[in-house]
Amino acid sequence: MYQFAYHHPDNLNQAKELLTAEESKPIAGGMTLIPTLKQRLAAYESLVDLSSIAELQGISETSESIRIGAMTTHSDVHHSDTIKTKIPALSHLAGSIGDVQVRNRGTLGGSIANADPAADYPAAVVGLGATIHTAERDIAADNFFTALFETALKENEIITAVSFPVPEKAGYAKFANPASRYAIVGVMAVKTRSGIRVAVTGAAGSVFRVPEMEQALGDAFTADAVRGIAVSSAEFNSDMHATADYRGHLVSVMAARAVDAANA
Amino acid sequence: MTVSISFQLNGTSAQLDVADSQLLVEALRQHGSTGTHIGCDTSQCGACVIHVDGKSVKSCTMLAVQVDGKSVTTIEGLTQGQAEDMHPMQQAFKQHHGLQCGYCTPGMVMSAIDLVNHNPDPDEKQIREWLEGNICRCTGYHNIVKAVKHGAQMMREV
Ligand SMILES: Cc1cc2nc3c(=O)[nH]c(=O)nc-3n(C[C@H](O)[C@H](O)[C@H](O)COP(=O)(O)OP(=O)(O)OC[C@H]3O[C@@H](n4cnc5c(N)ncnc54)[C@H](O)[C@@H]3O)c2cc1C
Ligand code: FES
Ligand code: FES
Repeated sequence: MYQFAYHHPDNLNQAKELLTAEESKPIAGGMTLIPTLKQRLAAYESLVDLSSIAELQGISETSESIRIGAMTTHSDVHHSDTIKTKIPALSHLAGSIGDVQVRNRGTLGGSIANADPAADYPAAVVGLGATIHTAERDIAADNFFTALFETALKENEIITAVSFPVPEKAGYAKFANPASRYAIVGVMAVKTRSGIRVAVTGAAGSVFRVPEMEQALGDAFTADAVRGIAVSSAEFNSDMHATADYRGHLVSVMAARAVDAANA
Repeated sequence: MTVSISFQLNGTSAQLDVADSQLLVEALRQHGSTGTHIGCDTSQCGACVIHVDGKSVKSCTMLAVQVDGKSVTTIEGLTQGQAEDMHPMQQAFKQHHGLQCGYCTPGMVMSAIDLVNHNPDPDEKQIREWLEGNICRCTGYHNIVKAVKHGAQMMREV
């Protein structure tokens, strides 16, 4: 690793101040950032640890949504009784990330800021129609993930929390890479009070919705409604794990399983 | 920059001078806790698993400065140094041949103990799921799973 300075602010203003310095970067769980630094794929003058900032912690519930602090670990989301009761699919998704030790450190904020095309959380954020709160503004999920590893965040804009509206029902199904557990394809199918949302991660450069499936599920929220809907795989990822065509096939299969899970 | 950190290491207080960018696993090994191994560069193998404030974590993917004020347990913290004193989970690994070269073993044992702390009576499926982040190149896992099951039973009995 290249050398860097480490800062550990205990409030948001101090963190923002430290992050105005050139070549500085926030560190959350470090489960993506530290391996990147180890492989010398990145170098920073300083890292700003977000783990002691109160505004970024905790899970709270309002009548319509659940607000999860950006520094909440995947384990804490997985085990939260509030989330298990209100959005079990989100608890399930968090529990399917990587392995126990990754879940004990990795965070919601870190995962979505990183916007890995194979990450699980983007499917939940877009599928549930969440709102991303930053230190400066609120961003709707549909406008957040812009491209491969790209988001609407400005340089070092800090995510403070994500609010997930409580759906009528929701299900998540993924075809996981057997080694890393990242999604080769993951689909979140959601029935909200205002309509149906289907979000796909892993298949393309960035998470996306499938309007044809949303329409079909609006008529009948059953696995059979989506099983036969083929999506175009022209722009899909192709790599050693799966070809673009195979990912296309998996989208329909995972969508059907996600609907089954939502109906279970 | 170098900073001075203090933390609990296996029940006694430790003070270390570490560089800001030093990895926890390196700091522990330089301090003499060489039971914590480094098996990969990608945070995938689990040879470096230790407990920080009672939770299992990969010490290759934390900075040493991040344990300032915290409590750390490594494989060395499980015994007083005598073979007879081995932790029940270590005894179970020995009894069931849950190791061959032993490289993965400290991480396996630390991870397995965290499992039993959460779930005192795990079944085979739960054990295999929990050990997702611990890779073994030698044993084929069967004896590790048997060891964890028996280790859990012995931990329930003490
Ligand atoms: C072996 C392994 C397996 C994995 N498997 C999966 C998997 O199956 N599915 C999956 O989805 N993920 C997986 N991951 C990734 C894991 O979920 C990471 O936790 C996640 O990608 C990053 O979260 P983090 O908290 O560790 O962030 P960090 O690594 O600390 O940071 C990642 C990036 O986000 C930025 N950042 C962090 N927090 C904020 C914030 N609050 N505001 C703004 N920017 C911020 C950082 O500056 C950095 O650029 C895996 C990782 C490993 C090592
Ligand atoms: S050394 Fe491989 S996970 Fe830490
Ligand atoms: S015993 Fe050799 S790697 Fe597990």
